[in-house]
Amino acid sequence: MTPNSGTGTSATRRLGVLVIVLVISLALFGLQFSAEDVVQGSTVRIMYVHVPSIWTAYIAFFLTAVCSGVYLSRRQRSLAWDRVAGASAEIGVLFVAVSLVTGSLWGRLTWGTYWVWDARLTSTAFLFITYVGYLAVRRLDGTHRQRARRSSVMALLAVLEIPLVHFSVNLWRSLHQDASVADPNAKVKLDGLMLFSLFLGLVTFTLLFVWLVLHRQRTMLLEDSFADRGLDVAIAERRNEAGVQ
Amino acid sequence: MSSVKSRRTIAVAVARKDLSIEWNSRILTNQVAPFAAIVMVMFAFALDNEGILQRVAPGLMWLATLFSMLIVVQRSFTVESADGALDALRVAGVDTGAIFVGKSLALMVQLFVLEILLLATAVVLYGVEMTAVGLLEAFVTMVVATAGLGCVGTLYGGLAAGAKGRETLLPLLLLPVVAPVLIGATRATEAAFGSGGTAVSEGWPWIGLLAVFAVIFAVAGTVAFGPLVDE
Amino acid sequence: MDSVIELNDVVAVLGQFPALAGANLQVSRGEIVLLQGPNGAGKTSILRVCAGLLPIERGSGRVLGIDLVAQRDEVRSRVGLLGHSNGLYLDLTVDQNVRFWASMVNATEEEIVRAMSLMRIDGRLSSVKTARLSAGQRRRCALASLIVRRAEIWLLDEPHAGLDAQGRDELDIVLRNAVFAGATIVLASHEMERASALATRVVTVDGGGVQ
Repeated sequence: MTPNSGTGTSATRRLGVLVIVLVISLALFGLQFSAEDVVQGSTVRIMYVHVPSIWTAYIAFFLTAVCSGVYLSRRQRSLAWDRVAGASAEIGVLFVAVSLVTGSLWGRLTWGTYWVWDARLTSTAFLFITYVGYLAVRRLDGTHRQRARRSSVMALLAVLEIPLVHFSVNLWRSLHQDASVADPNAKVKLDGLMLFSLFLGLVTFTLLFVWLVLHRQRTMLLEDSFADRGLDVAIAERRNEAGVQ
Repeated sequence: MSSVKSRRTIAVAVARKDLSIEWNSRILTNQVAPFAAIVMVMFAFALDNEGILQRVAPGLMWLATLFSMLIVVQRSFTVESADGALDALRVAGVDTGAIFVGKSLALMVQLFVLEILLLATAVVLYGVEMTAVGLLEAFVTMVVATAGLGCVGTLYGGLAAGAKGRETLLPLLLLPVVAPVLIGATRATEAAFGSGGTAVSEGWPWIGLLAVFAVIFAVAGTVAFGPLVDE
Repeated sequence: MDSVIELNDVVAVLGQFPALAGANLQVSRGEIVLLQGPNGAGKTSILRVCAGLLPIERGSGRVLGIDLVAQRDEVRSRVGLLGHSNGLYLDLTVDQNVRFWASMVNATEEEIVRAMSLMRIDGRLSSVKTARLSAGQRRRCALASLIVRRAEIWLLDEPHAGLDAQGRDELDIVLRNAVFAGATIVLASHEMERASALATRVVTVDGGGVQ
């Protein structure tokens, strides 16, 4: 892969085509073929985007944690693990945002409010903020290795924090019996075709996620290589300073 | 050859050092405590309803604590970078886990003092009343919650310290993480105050949550502090 | 001769800037090596690399036989670095500062007293907050902490800066005594005359490398 070509390879192109096909299928099944909900009517169709989004986000953050753990544990540390961790987190944050927005809209359409303080939504919001913080730490100054070590530790700390917050929030909301399941998702009865569409959504989003991570971590590699090349130039310039004064 | 003393001695020395610095400079008493008190007063301006104030006093107290904590944590690390002291400690190969424990302990002590002040302020300003058991529960809550805050504050404070553009990172990193403490401490304190008819007995499970949080971050912090602070 | 410092084509970066662009250095035990060169040449960075503070991006290095790339942390307890800053806690007194550092290692009361009197910071000065001291006085305070730590290698960045004539003489004596007791010293200094009289070898640093 030379710098002049893009970050695509034949494998990613094939994957990309598959994803496009799946997205179109999902749209068809989600918007057209599957039935409306008895209670919610057409608004239930948001589910086909909302649920897969959060599902994919969880996969993304799980991947980030695993890659960070691997990076820290091995003697021979390839920066690729850190790049995948970072790319995965970025895409994960994107999907959480989608999930929050679609969840909010869904709530608006079903209950009339953009936000409810239920456990799931609140925990999701925290998930979002936590990884925004992770991304901010990734952007701090330093060499690639420093960034990798810091980020890996942050990712593992997040693995500790997320369940803690989730648990606390659940405990908290369980005190308020009246404001319980305000999650439109929970009240939907899924028939065969709807179930299939949902499953299709999960597969589609997962493959989309893979495609995005592959490309993103390649662009990160390119960015790092570019910075390194910049370093070579800078080194040469620095050496030339000697004796010029 | 210089031989390094045991981790416990180092931690104690570091904690002592931080507290000596506070004693000499009186930042906590002269600057942070007034700030915390003012925050409590401003809550009263904003909420403008004595019934509500009394009801939400626990939450306000812990919010004021968290906001003040940001300042105290930053201060804890400003003294380290003012003349490159933490750098020098690292160069000397001093065990970073021990440094973490020491600084956490000092931070805990400072926060605890602040919380006592805030409790007194809540009693005075918001008309809070407690039974003897309630008072005990409030104290236990403060001790356990502060243990967790001290650890997590030192951990992220170290990361957010020093270099340009980092200080603003502290609230973003710290506030989400301490959400469990805010939730747990507030609920336990509500039980202690009897706010909204909460029974004192309902507070103890929340204190359990706070204890779990403290243990997790005491361990995680001791291990993670070095890598996060190192360059 | 026993080699205590070896740097081979070391590249070290600060952010994206190559502070060292291929530095080579070799120091044997018992030497007093003076690094001289213009500002920004990389003298401070060489010292920080040897102290295990600044990571090596390219190239290799060993200090006291320890690999700087793989085991940077382990170098630290055996090396003493005195940089541009003094590593002092400004709100604490001189006495509190030196004793804090002494408590990090197994320093005896004797050693503390000796170090403080050597650098003339005992007596009235010892109970003054370091924030109130002059630059030279703070330097002496930092040097006392260094003495108390008994490091095998002393890395000093402009140690004479801010000291009066007497202070400088005393510093030279301290340094020679340290070498006599087995230490090795690398110092960066603009004090050409004094430093080269003190040094066993002079090395020129420029453009992030050693000439």
